Amino acid sequence: MGDINTAMAEQYRNNFLKEVEANVEEGQWVKMCMQCGVCSGSCPLGPAWEHPPQEIFMMIRAGRREEVLKSESMWMCTSCYNCIVRCPRELPITHIMHGLANYAHRLGLAPKMNPTRRFAKMFWNNLTKSGRVNEIELSVGLYFMDGFKTGIARAWAMKDIGLGMLKTRRLNPFGFVSHKGCKDKKGIHRMLKKAREIEDRRKGFAA
Amino acid sequence: MARKEYSFYPGCSSERLTSASNYMVSVEAMCKKLDVKLNEIPDWNCCGASIGYAEGGELPRHVMNARNLAISEQANKGQDVVATCAACWLGAKETKDRLAHDADLLAETNEALREAGMNLQYKGEQEVRHMVEVLIEDLGYDELKKPVVKPLEGIKFAGYVGCQTNRPFGIAGESFENPKYLDRLIEIVGGEPVEKYDQKVTCCGGALAFSEPEKSQAQIKKIIESAYDHGADMIVTPCPVCQMNVEVYQGQINKRYGTKFNIPVTYYSQLMTVAYGGSAKEAGLNGQIIRARRLEEIAAKGAR
Repeated sequence: MGDINTAMAEQYRNNFLKEVEANVEEGQWVKMCMQCGVCSGSCPLGPAWEHPPQEIFMMIRAGRREEVLKSESMWMCTSCYNCIVRCPRELPITHIMHGLANYAHRLGLAPKMNPTRRFAKMFWNNLTKSGRVNEIELSVGLYFMDGFKTGIARAWAMKDIGLGMLKTRRLNPFGFVSHKGCKDKKGIHRMLKKAREIEDRRKGFAA
Repeated sequence: MARKEYSFYPGCSSERLTSASNYMVSVEAMCKKLDVKLNEIPDWNCCGASIGYAEGGELPRHVMNARNLAISEQANKGQDVVATCAACWLGAKETKDRLAHDADLLAETNEALREAGMNLQYKGEQEVRHMVEVLIEDLGYDELKKPVVKPLEGIKFAGYVGCQTNRPFGIAGESFENPKYLDRLIEIVGGEPVEKYDQKVTCCGGALAFSEPEKSQAQIKKIIESAYDHGADMIVTPCPVCQMNVEVYQGQINKRYGTKFNIPVTYYSQLMTVAYGGSAKEAGLNGQIIRARRLEEIAAKGAR
């Protein structure tokens, strides 16, 4: 991962905007930002962003590569799409933030312990395993991601919610073994492998 | 033959013994009463949801959605795709939208789809719609009112629309900031909408309820507080994530903030099922962690 990061930094030397335009989902829109700040004011988690979206756009243009990619900021996005519908220039801001977070994650620069990064990775691996989300495996996996002891504490804190879900038959206690998922799991796995290959080739991630 | 037929994308949380299984139960009952037939897309897969972006990236996410749409084109020819889940609808619609405007991405998508077998090719033939769009646009408010036999009189509902049923696509003719369709649906089933519910499009935190619980619960608190402040008896929503987040964390929020929240959070389809004369079970009311007693009472009464 570190190698890809170095290669990218070399390839786009001193031009982080170009790098974002080439490699980040909807990155070609970044230069259209007019710095009005409506996105930052509209974000439900706005105060939690170290650098709100408007600032991120400016930092990209100023070439502050490491600061942007190592930031926790984009990981605060709840995908509420408020910024998209309010942006006067109609920038797909939500997707750009997702794209930046994904790019930072692929380069190995995203903050390792950021809980949303870790949850998102767990979520994708969960859903692609069988083609459909296995909810019990996902929740238990989340509680125990920092080891057994913290896992027990977390599960205990969540026990009322878990019991409520079980009682109302909205959680499958046997989901670890009985979750079926899609029939054509193999096909889905092949398809995703191919998609990843194509994307890596296009974005220059391939070795 | 049913009055209307759709290619149906139920989504992961609508399966048996999952977080929105009660939504699914009530949708089935509602559609039966309305004579709407839902043909499930065979072997449908997860849409990736929004949070899938981090590990999934761009193309793999679109390919997941394109697989569902391509199977639908084969199996349920000539029908619109309908999703009940906000995230499923958004994911599928976003893919359709993106592929319609990006020929390279479309070609790459189909290249990956070929690996999935079943001779799949995504053509973009079918519309992707949300269940509430179908109700409002294809049937219309007047038709939705006709089967009402037990108006939900005297119940005040806070119509919580949330994010992804509303943005970025939303329902045609509705504003992003103050959509009115949920209030209209409440009126149609005889309930009283909270007209000035100022948190109707506030984000509940979505998937961050798992990863950033404190931040998310601060959002949920606002959503519930405003419902109480405006005298609501219960909250109603079209989104499975909104429903779950706003219902199940009330205990934790009470602990954190010293509040005494205990307000039921229901789906529009549950209201409609009860108003149409369905039983509590048909409306999936046994799936509420915070029981919707007033709806249960109405459902238990003989049809008028």
